[in-house]
Amino acid sequence: MKISILALVASVGLAANANAADIAPTAVTYVDGAVEASLTGTAGNPEEGAKVVGSKQLGNCVACHEVSALPDIAFQGMIGPALDGAGSRWSEADLRGIVANAKMMFEGTMMPSFYKDTGYIRPGKAYTGKAADDTLGPLLTAQQVEDVVAYLATLKD
Amino acid sequence: MNKFTKGLGACMTAIIVASGAMAEPADDNLVINGDIEIVTRTAAPAHLSDVMDEVMSGWLFRGTETRAMESDDFDNPGMIFVEQAEDVWNTADGSEGKSCADCHGASSEMAGVRPVYPKYVEAAGEVRTMEMAINDCRENRMGAEKWKYTGGDMVNMTALMASVSRGMPVNVAIDGPAQSTWEQGKEIYYTRFGQLELSCANCHEDNYGNMIRADHLSQGQINGFPAYRLKNTKLNAVQDRFKGCVRDTRAETFAPGSPEFVALELYVGSRGNGLSVEGPSVRN
Ligand code: HEC
Ligand code: HEC
Repeated sequence: MKISILALVASVGLAANANAADIAPTAVTYVDGAVEASLTGTAGNPEEGAKVVGSKQLGNCVACHEVSALPDIAFQGMIGPALDGAGSRWSEADLRGIVANAKMMFEGTMMPSFYKDTGYIRPGKAYTGKAADDTLGPLLTAQQVEDVVAYLATLKD
Repeated sequence: MNKFTKGLGACMTAIIVASGAMAEPADDNLVINGDIEIVTRTAAPAHLSDVMDEVMSGWLFRGTETRAMESDDFDNPGMIFVEQAEDVWNTADGSEGKSCADCHGASSEMAGVRPVYPKYVEAAGEVRTMEMAINDCRENRMGAEKWKYTGGDMVNMTALMASVSRGMPVNVAIDGPAQSTWEQGKEIYYTRFGQLELSCANCHEDNYGNMIRADHLSQGQINGFPAYRLKNTKLNAVQDRFKGCVRDTRAETFAPGSPEFVALELYVGSRGNGLSVEGPSVRN
């Protein structure tokens, strides 16, 4: 018990508690960049998803993307396309693939892969500049990915 | 709609967004003390010709007030540290009882040194940064203690060395014995480090001019170093900046003074060939 509590604290802002029933990051199946199956089997919560998209500690998607539906969030970035209308442009499976690992949909994209936990070059321990240890997990939990996908699906033209 | 046209749609959105909210570099000229003309944009050096046409100083990407501070030494907070270094320049230290001035003369005699660093040093058989050259003098000519690579004494002295070369064009050699180190630095520049898998090029080559959250991305040039940052109100060494940028990719960074960062500094320095030395600069 002690160990798991420690791990939780050590990974604040990282994927906290992974569920045994979740599809593991290395087991996700991509077809043309899309992921058909839910990562958790539990429907995403769009309100939680909005928090992940806007929060610096979580997805921080707004660092790179503008989202007009989140006007309270100052300083939205302009690295990627605005997410307005993403729910009309893309299916849920596409969105899941893009959030989990955008490099599967857009080859070489600058967008980070949010549901991946291997294959990094010099991974760090969050933003400390120190080497990652065995608490390294994906940037978002499986459920957070589902929540984000549910939120993006609400962004209709 | 198939994948291809969807992708195209996303591209079109990107273009519209970009042109709608483009944060252009400033259309401005930098003349320090009404006297020293600084080249803040110029044709890219030949080795960059397939990736960009023009190289630009980070100065052009800062706000009006920050830019103004750099145009007058009385307003540039970095110049206080230059004055402190001037005292150190003239003060004897170490077992040999010598000051920098005893060997080199006035600090102004060092004009022209900064623009060519980092460079291959024949006697040492390696590429060296200005910091390494300074510590070599301290240890081997003065019999004094080495300074910490990014410590206060060191960064102040590099500010003095930069200030006497202000306005001179950066001219870092990339061929001959420096070439293999330069290639190593280039490889690091394009490597996507950390859990965010971002390279220097992702931010500073592909996206300069764009906003990443509240930050206006520049080309990440180093002609202005050391830089006085309003954020931490001190002079910042170039390799401390590298360290911060690598850390922000959720990576294990390299240490200032490490072979990797020396190589990276040589490479990034050469990307600014033709820009003027403008350190100590003022940045956010
Ligand atoms: C470091 C920059 C960056 C971050 C952070 C980022 N993205 Fe992206 N994103 C991009 C780029 C660049 C593209 C364009 C794809 C390409 O490279 O062609 C993109 C594309 C997308 C697309 C498809 C574009 C469209 O609307 O048609 C979606 C959806 C998306 N991102 C969602 C997200 C979400 C959700 C997050 C956070 C969990 C996020 N992004 C974080 C850079 C980023
Ligand atoms: C995630 C984005 C990102 C990455 C990756 C990144 N930087 Fe930066 N860098 C920034 C931001 C933001 C700033 C502050 C605004 C500016 O000057 O661009 C900055 C500033 C700088 C500056 C200061 C420029 C000046 O004029 O003051 C240098 C030098 C620099 N970066 C070099 C690098 C190098 C070298 C790398 C790779 C090892 C790198 N950066 C990777 C975001 C990044």
